[in-house]
Amino acid sequence: MSSNSLILRREFFSRAGAATGLALLPSWTRAAEKLAATAPIPAATKRILADAALNAATKRGATYVDVRIGRYLNQSISTREMQVQSVAGTESYGAGIRVLADGAWGFMALDQLSVDAMARAAFEAVAIAKANARLQTEPVILAPQKGLGEVSWKTPLRQNAFAVPLAAKVDYLLAANRAALEAGANFISTSLFQINEQKYFASTDGSYIDQDIHRLWPTFTVTATDPKTGRFQTRDSLSSPSGRGYEYLTSGAAGVRLGPTTRYFDTYNMIEDAAAAARQAREKLSAKPVVAGQYDLVLDPTHLGLTIHESVGHATELDRVLGYEANYAGTSFATLDKWRAKNFQYGSPLVNFTADRTAPGTLGAVGYDDEGVPAKRWPLITDGILVDYQKTRDQAHICGQQAGDGCSYASSWSEVQFQRMPNVSLAPGKTPLTPLELIKQVERGIYIVGRGSFSIDQQRYNFQFGGQLFYEIKNGEIVGMLRDVSYQSNTQEFWNSCVAICDERDFGHFGSFFDGKGQPSQVSAVSHGSSTTRFNKVNVLNTARKI
Amino acid sequence: MALLSESEAQAILQKVLGLFKADECFAQLVGDRAGNVRFARNTVSTSGASDTLDLAVVCSFGKKTGYATINEFDDASLEKTVRRAEELARLAPEDPEYVELLGPQTYAQPASHREATAKLSPDGRADLTAASIKVCREQGVTGAGYLAQSDRFSAIANSRNLRGYQRATSVNFSVTTRTPDGLGSGYGVADFHDVRALDTGAVTATAARKALLSRDAKALEPGKYTVILEPAAAADLVGHTVSSMSARSADEGRSFLSKPGGGSRLGEKLMDERVHLSSNPLHPDLPGDAWAGDGRPQRAVDWIKNGVVTNLTYSRYWARQKGVAGDGIPPLNRGSIEIGAFESTPGVIMAGGDASLDQLVKGVKRGILVTRFWYIRLVDPQTLLFTGLTRDGTFYVENGEIKHAVKNFRFNESPLIMLNNLEALGRPQRVNASLIPPMVLRDFTFSSLSDAV
Repeated sequence: MSSNSLILRREFFSRAGAATGLALLPSWTRAAEKLAATAPIPAATKRILADAALNAATKRGATYVDVRIGRYLNQSISTREMQVQSVAGTESYGAGIRVLADGAWGFMALDQLSVDAMARAAFEAVAIAKANARLQTEPVILAPQKGLGEVSWKTPLRQNAFAVPLAAKVDYLLAANRAALEAGANFISTSLFQINEQKYFASTDGSYIDQDIHRLWPTFTVTATDPKTGRFQTRDSLSSPSGRGYEYLTSGAAGVRLGPTTRYFDTYNMIEDAAAAARQAREKLSAKPVVAGQYDLVLDPTHLGLTIHESVGHATELDRVLGYEANYAGTSFATLDKWRAKNFQYGSPLVNFTADRTAPGTLGAVGYDDEGVPAKRWPLITDGILVDYQKTRDQAHICGQQAGDGCSYASSWSEVQFQRMPNVSLAPGKTPLTPLELIKQVERGIYIVGRGSFSIDQQRYNFQFGGQLFYEIKNGEIVGMLRDVSYQSNTQEFWNSCVAICDERDFGHFGSFFDGKGQPSQVSAVSHGSSTTRFNKVNVLNTARKI
Repeated sequence: MALLSESEAQAILQKVLGLFKADECFAQLVGDRAGNVRFARNTVSTSGASDTLDLAVVCSFGKKTGYATINEFDDASLEKTVRRAEELARLAPEDPEYVELLGPQTYAQPASHREATAKLSPDGRADLTAASIKVCREQGVTGAGYLAQSDRFSAIANSRNLRGYQRATSVNFSVTTRTPDGLGSGYGVADFHDVRALDTGAVTATAARKALLSRDAKALEPGKYTVILEPAAAADLVGHTVSSMSARSADEGRSFLSKPGGGSRLGEKLMDERVHLSSNPLHPDLPGDAWAGDGRPQRAVDWIKNGVVTNLTYSRYWARQKGVAGDGIPPLNRGSIEIGAFESTPGVIMAGGDASLDQLVKGVKRGILVTRFWYIRLVDPQTLLFTGLTRDGTFYVENGEIKHAVKNFRFNESPLIMLNNLEALGRPQRVNASLIPPMVLRDFTFSSLSDAV
């Protein structure tokens, strides 16, 4: 049984996560709650509740306790053609208590918060930890974290999206729809997802951290049909989900980059992109089918971000390397022996990857993670060599380190926090190079823009990616559009075939709003920065079939 | 908090319905007591529990609708929630596709609640986990797994006298077993309404056997192969076919079920005549949801019969647009799709035969036995082409016998093509909240090799 007639707390993102899922939302229009109008809960109130749990669990024998009191606000607006399909607002408030007792973790979540209820839940968390301790063969070793006292952090934003009148947001989406329909689209679906995490963290280390985190994702899918042949093509938005406020949509042309197709980074114009998408979806209907074979690929940041996410971001998660995700997300080929060897050639010497939780405007940016570790930035791959992983406090000792990386995250107060991906970004090239200059150097290639179909194996070797727009490159020139393109490669082979990276002028962030991991599955949001990059001799398939 | 009984839940809902001033009001109450244990490296990693109760209220003035939720249940909170939904309805844009609320419905009463599952304690969960870890240690493999139990109810009521209450329990278990040298991997999965049906040790023993057998995998050239898909491998592709059967998408010319020149392919034979896909909330081995997302009753439905597209799903709005009798058939409630995971549509029943998996294998001259697929993603909605990879036990079969493990493959295949290339069907088994037979298919397209174990 599922409660899917209404979007309740834990279902909101899993439901909203899939483009195909949107069609399944009930057709009635839901108005949003005016969530921003509700004042945040004072930190002092949360401290009293948190202390009740910290003290109760400690009294029952817990050696470490952390409490996360969260108020999570979500608003999503969905439209199609000239009508609003749904406006959904959810608010959830509750607490998650994590304890370490007898060397094992225990966790209990509750949503009716009072001093007594917090203490009772803390007792239950300790009981769960003790029940599991009898099965534990590797007692948890937690890296130390100095208590930070009372601190706070807020996403640097200019305009809180929740405070923008609903009518203005709806009008904006409908204007994009109108632009697409006028430009030849048969259908368009638009969505605007907004998130505000008001998170309070307290631990027996002596930290009391109050954070206010905002994220935004405007997106659409345009469809062009050909009734005669029964064929259809789609083109998705080239926006990136962002750790910003509504200014992402209202800041003019600052983030616009012209080229074979217009791309958007720090700002986004959905109306212009929707009109372009309509023309391009129609163009895709008559585009030339790709001839399968080897091509040099020129990959735009709006596309490469997802390839980075799957082949580098997930592969360098230490919990996967160690086998903690073996039953679900999988393990990793980037094993500890390769890291210890200090000479594992993950990519060509041009390839440098950094993990980061600090870059403003990114989805991964926070002040502190969900186990009280301050945000930081550190190298994962340097000059093509694997040098480090992403770690939580209970994993640091495995790499001989003394602190967590600030990678702990839970998608809700009701879920237990665990290692999640920070922003993982490819450093721009050091030699001056623009995308057009890069394309000029390619004899036979394909320029790919936007994220499409994606799939990778459970150890992150073999992958297949599609895209939104595929342009054929012949002798340094773009000669037209291709369709039915997917490329397959192997992670190490692919990153070693990287021969050129555009410079920092082209650097921009791609984002993923709904990265799933863990059991029960939790979503998190993460950005991946890169500049347009060239990969030589990659295997391209033609994916057309007859049914 | 204990889960609410039907009368307790309806008492709250009726209180809500006594408060509204809008034209229409719908309310839903959902309670869930859930617990889980996660383990890896043959030891428990995380575990937890949650206990939640949520109320959602939907109010409409004409075609304008507002929605509010709360998880507090005193009179003042209920009143506040209804007023908020009404206030938002007044502010909301008109929905041209609005359809008035349903009147009273008769719902099936699936036997979806099992007391043994509801009563499973933290210690009981730990015992089930311990049984799995014990087998892993005995067999010399490294286990990672997940056990999740839930006891929940959903109750609905509206201002047109519709009432519904359903309680359901579930227990899900899965385990991945790897050999310490990293060269072999196996998988086992089971889900039930009744925890007494779950034998975590037996599921783990199957997974461990596969892990040990799958070492020293040999590389075969990618290409077209006869495959024997275990139910866990076939379930996702079959389930996605059913979840893609929207009449509106087909009518709008943007589905694999769209007909060139317009209209849908309803009534056309698209698959082998032995393919029969259905759903039935009263199936004894697979009790389903009593109602769909919008409150329409779920009933027994044939989706594909004798290979012919027999029914499509309709929203109530689209059913009226198209003059479909009643309100049309609602979609099956579906799970979530997230990056990294692919959950099939629960409740799909695929008919099969009597043969066991072993008997199917015996009938194959040369083929590949697939335990499961991983990271399945749609490549082309026009042909329902999917890609994904084999994982956790892929074997070469020759003259009816498993000869050796093979390296994992990536596939690019459409269930429409695959279910036309049917050779044989075995006995359906419950997997991923569906009943799916093992099946033998010819000319299944593997497009590349993967080094992953």
